[in-house]
Amino acid sequence: MTQEAAPKLPILQLVGVRKTFNDFVAVEKIDLDVIEGEFLTIVGPSGSGKTTLLRMLAGMDQPSEGNITLHGERINEVPPNKRPTCLVFQSLALFPHKSVGDNIEFPLKVRGVDAKARKARALELMRVVRLPESYHSKNVMKCSGGERQRVALARALAYDPEVLFFDEPLSAIDYKLKKVLEKELKDLHKETGKTFIYITHSLEEAMVMSDRIGVMRAGRLVQVGTPEQIYNHPVDRFVSEFVGEVNVIEVKKEQDGAPWRGIDVPGAFHVRPPEEDAEADHAFVVIRPEYLRFLGAGDTAQNSLKGTVYNEYSLGSRIQYQVRVGEKVMLVELSRSKALPIAADRSVTVGWDAADAITVRA
Amino acid sequence: MAQTSLSHPTAPVSLEAAPALPTKRDALLSLGARCSLPVILLLAVGFVAPLIAIFAYSFAKPRTFEVFRSFTLVNYAEIFNGSNTVWLSFLWSLGFAFATCALLALIAYPIAYGLNRVFGKWSSLVSILFVFPLFVSENVRLYGWVLFFIKNGVLDGTLKMLGFEGGPQILFQPPMILAGMLYVYLPFMLFPMTLGLAMVPRDLIDAARDLGANRWQIWREVELPLAMPGILIGMLLTFVLGIGAVAEAKILGGQSVIVISHDIEIAFTYSQNWPLGSALAVVVTIFIGALTLAVFSRLDLDRLLGRR
Ligand SMILES: Nc1ncnc2c1ncn2[C@@H]1O[C@H](COP(=O)(O)OP(=O)(O)OP(=O)(O)O)[C@@H](O)[C@H]1O
Ligand SMILES: [Mg+2]
Repeated sequence: MTQEAAPKLPILQLVGVRKTFNDFVAVEKIDLDVIEGEFLTIVGPSGSGKTTLLRMLAGMDQPSEGNITLHGERINEVPPNKRPTCLVFQSLALFPHKSVGDNIEFPLKVRGVDAKARKARALELMRVVRLPESYHSKNVMKCSGGERQRVALARALAYDPEVLFFDEPLSAIDYKLKKVLEKELKDLHKETGKTFIYITHSLEEAMVMSDRIGVMRAGRLVQVGTPEQIYNHPVDRFVSEFVGEVNVIEVKKEQDGAPWRGIDVPGAFHVRPPEEDAEADHAFVVIRPEYLRFLGAGDTAQNSLKGTVYNEYSLGSRIQYQVRVGEKVMLVELSRSKALPIAADRSVTVGWDAADAITVRA
Repeated sequence: MAQTSLSHPTAPVSLEAAPALPTKRDALLSLGARCSLPVILLLAVGFVAPLIAIFAYSFAKPRTFEVFRSFTLVNYAEIFNGSNTVWLSFLWSLGFAFATCALLALIAYPIAYGLNRVFGKWSSLVSILFVFPLFVSENVRLYGWVLFFIKNGVLDGTLKMLGFEGGPQILFQPPMILAGMLYVYLPFMLFPMTLGLAMVPRDLIDAARDLGANRWQIWREVELPLAMPGILIGMLLTFVLGIGAVAEAKILGGQSVIVISHDIEIAFTYSQNWPLGSALAVVVTIFIGALTLAVFSRLDLDRLLGRR
């Protein structure tokens, strides 16, 4: 093995980690290396086992099988208060009977830090998370959603963990504030240099913040990679659909070199073989709505489908058309300047080139 | 309201409908008042009226029934007269109530904790077991105790029959009264406490632990303060019930101790001195009322529950 310029060591390692509740498998055989200092996001739909995974990493649950190591040491049974990790809960879990200051000082108090030093540190952290100093004595339950968010963050930082876990902390916050907090969190990650493991079910959120993204489905980690890898090289239909709204066409290879036959839409299509498995003869073609275009007279594309526009949505600077092709609905997104003059019930031909589509194995 | 809409020249449509509605509304009470009417009546007849009667009687001439016709403070003077031993009864009641309340807090906490965190699917069964004795009258249960513990009773007799020395003679002594009170009032401590503990979110405990707190710190910093409303309500209930308790002292204690409620009862029955009994009742009621108010004003439920 060649020496890399800056060898980054895994801080947390998961080997065959599995968690069952009675007969129900919540997390299934997860292998994962978390690199020191990275911002890793785990995405997955509701119930895919994200929280369960995080609780095991934080020490609140123990794996049924497999090992979790921290700096190479097995920590499966180490309780949460003995781990250098801290979790920001989905519910934030702020102590409702304590003030903002007392919440933030909690980890210091239980460690025996004296009141004066505690307060100084709390005020320092409040500056870091941009809470006004006057909030120190404010009741947490009187804070707004965004402020509580910051309190929870400051409290976790007061513990001074090596790894910070976040369980969908922004799920209950309005879009605009979410964007602000996402950015602040990303900045904080840079400033502190700590390892962040973040859970969300919004891939959009993951794309903005993460160094790497892991996609979970039904307890399994389906794919781990950089946002670019996840976006451009999804390993399967699930991941590709998770990335955003996409058109998926099921195809079968009839003959080497010949166009593939459509299964859920009629026709034959030029298809690149799946990256994961070049020999596969059954695959899904994934086309993002922005890569589909309407073909006018004289326009050509390698692949085309005939359909009828039945709906259009404004997405700000872009317009999305829903086109019915047989039983299937295809999404086409155009910039506003290219909008169709009269869209409704219009017969159209949508087209794309093989190079604009991703093929994943079925 | 009717006037404004009638005099409004630009609202011809409302002219016909407007007069009918307000008169109807004026005639009947608001929905809230109508709904609470049965409770108000019940409280008026069952609670307020007797209270007024007792209050009035306490100012009547001793050993008479001249309520509302005489006014004297003799009954109160009698109670606070140092030579009267009624203060002893009051101290006994206070002591029993205090001991019951404190001991029950200690006894019920682990059970409440278990019901919430440990017993899992068994907790409903355990709760039912604790409620079950309430289906049997308190007196019947206490007489059961007497039959069991009395000389030549179930315990003593059986032991003697088997050739042992016989059971311990623990009946008719203050500790037995306390034991009976603990037994009878346990549910009144247990259930508010269980509710109080159930209101502590699991996440908060996990978070406290995750932030480095050990068990003891979690309990002191998070669990106890958040469960406090339930615990205080349980303590208040058992204390108030304990001061009013009389059956335990009469049945389990024989006549070894006279508690304040027993004194009141005696005044109303044997001595036929209703005014004195009433005055005693008023004093006890004021004492309990003041205590309750003091606790509740200290106990800001909203703040404790984190609603503010
Ligand atoms: N203590 C438990 N007992 C039984 N089943 C559980 C327990 N905790 C989680 N599960 C199950 O495990 C599965 C994964 O749950 P988990 O909370 O990890 O999902 P999630 O990915 O965090 O979902 P969400 O996005 O909704 O928070 C769910 O089907 C859930 O019902
Ligand atoms: Mg979750």
